[in-house]
Amino acid sequence: MTNNEIRLKTGLAEMLKGGVIMDVVNPEQARIAEDAGAVAVMALERVPADIRRDGGVARMASVEIIEGIMKVVSIPVMAKCRIGHFVEAQILESLGVDFIDESEVLTPADERYHVNKFDFKVPFVCGARDLGEALRRISEGAAMMRTKGEAGTGNIVEAVRHMRAMTSEIKRLSALGEEELVNAAKELGASLELVRLVAKDGRLPVPNFAAGGVATPADAALMMQLGAESVFVGSGIFKSEDPASRAKAVVKAVTHYNDPEILREVSRGLLNAMPGIEMQTIPAEQRLAQRGW
Amino acid sequence: MKAGVLALQGDFEAHAKRLRGLGAAVIYVKKLSELSAVDGLALPGGESTAMLKLLEPNFIEALIERGRAGMPILATCAGVILLARKVTNPAQRSLDLLDIDVERNAYGRQVDSFVDGTIKFTMAGKSALDSLGQGAVPSRDSIEGVFIRAPRIIRTGPEVEVLAEHAGAPVLVRSKNILAATFHPELSFGAESVHQLFINSL
Repeated sequence: MTNNEIRLKTGLAEMLKGGVIMDVVNPEQARIAEDAGAVAVMALERVPADIRRDGGVARMASVEIIEGIMKVVSIPVMAKCRIGHFVEAQILESLGVDFIDESEVLTPADERYHVNKFDFKVPFVCGARDLGEALRRISEGAAMMRTKGEAGTGNIVEAVRHMRAMTSEIKRLSALGEEELVNAAKELGASLELVRLVAKDGRLPVPNFAAGGVATPADAALMMQLGAESVFVGSGIFKSEDPASRAKAVVKAVTHYNDPEILREVSRGLLNAMPGIEMQTIPAEQRLAQRGW
Repeated sequence: MKAGVLALQGDFEAHAKRLRGLGAAVIYVKKLSELSAVDGLALPGGESTAMLKLLEPNFIEALIERGRAGMPILATCAGVILLARKVTNPAQRSLDLLDIDVERNAYGRQVDSFVDGTIKFTMAGKSALDSLGQGAVPSRDSIEGVFIRAPRIIRTGPEVEVLAEHAGAPVLVRSKNILAATFHPELSFGAESVHQLFINSL
């Protein structure tokens, strides 16, 4: 892959900064998301909360759903493929989606390998729980990272954990000497080259977004204040009682994440958020964030 | 002199970095009070539909007023769509500060995004560059342009100067105080001259 291709991929991620990417399952929802000011939509067959409820194998959305959504909005359309399912990714690329999320929300297709994302012209976003995982995905060609959080729970605690882990590991690297970086690379399971780059810049080499458990404008602003550059909202919009007004409120909260007065006003008058799930009630084998390495 | 960068959404950090690299003092602008504090404004790339939702009516009014009164503006990609007279594919409202018509996503989707290493300057472009002095410009013939889901300028009014072209279509234009690029000079190598033209007009 040429240097220009990498720049075009991370370039689109740059354009999405300070914005909200919303999960949608049909053209009507996609329109609501675009009207609310979403910077992109994620085309899905079921939102994570329903995937969690229904169980079974979750796969790439149908071609018809994705095409239907691409037809009605002018903003970028993303879609998810299963971890390691490079043929789903090939189909998504040929559909012309603008970004592929190789996502732990779907059932993994490969327990050992992720997709080699350098093989594709379309950019990929991947989830990570910590810095090592993020750097391994970047080594495979991911143009954007996001926290995994715990999708479909309406509980922000895991996304916070992942973002804090990432930030504190980046800070730690910045303070290390050259010989210590070699050891850090070994511990992180990441390439020394990337570890050196992160230590020097004090940030990931690709944009770093938040995802997993965002249910309110305050959740979205929290992730931004913790260092996220944009926010994915999955079930949080369309599993709430007021999708259109909540979507607008979350968009405004991400732009003005540092302004408590605006955050107060956008939080006013919203109906009930999606019901949340306590982490302790989710058995380890049902936690989506454990998928992938 | 303070250069503002509209920071509602998009690649505002890339603009700030480029402007700071050229010695400008940069302020992020999200609210009306911040707009009043700057001498010029860069409108970054991003999603124009999202930016339109985030622009408050009183902010738009003030921006139009200052733009008409001569405040320097640099617009890239989505920013150009915001400033145009008319927008197509699909139609959406715009500020009508620049007498051009623009077609959104005119080159296709993300897989059709591209880098043109040699965007050609026109005669007007070359003479604009002459004002920058020798050191500031690596090449007087062409610059690199990164095009990401880029719009295309499909009509330019009589007062709009075309400074550079890609495949026969204008990609860098100027009209009085407004400079507009359908590509991303803030992400392009060796394209500092575009931001330098903006800084010099502050």
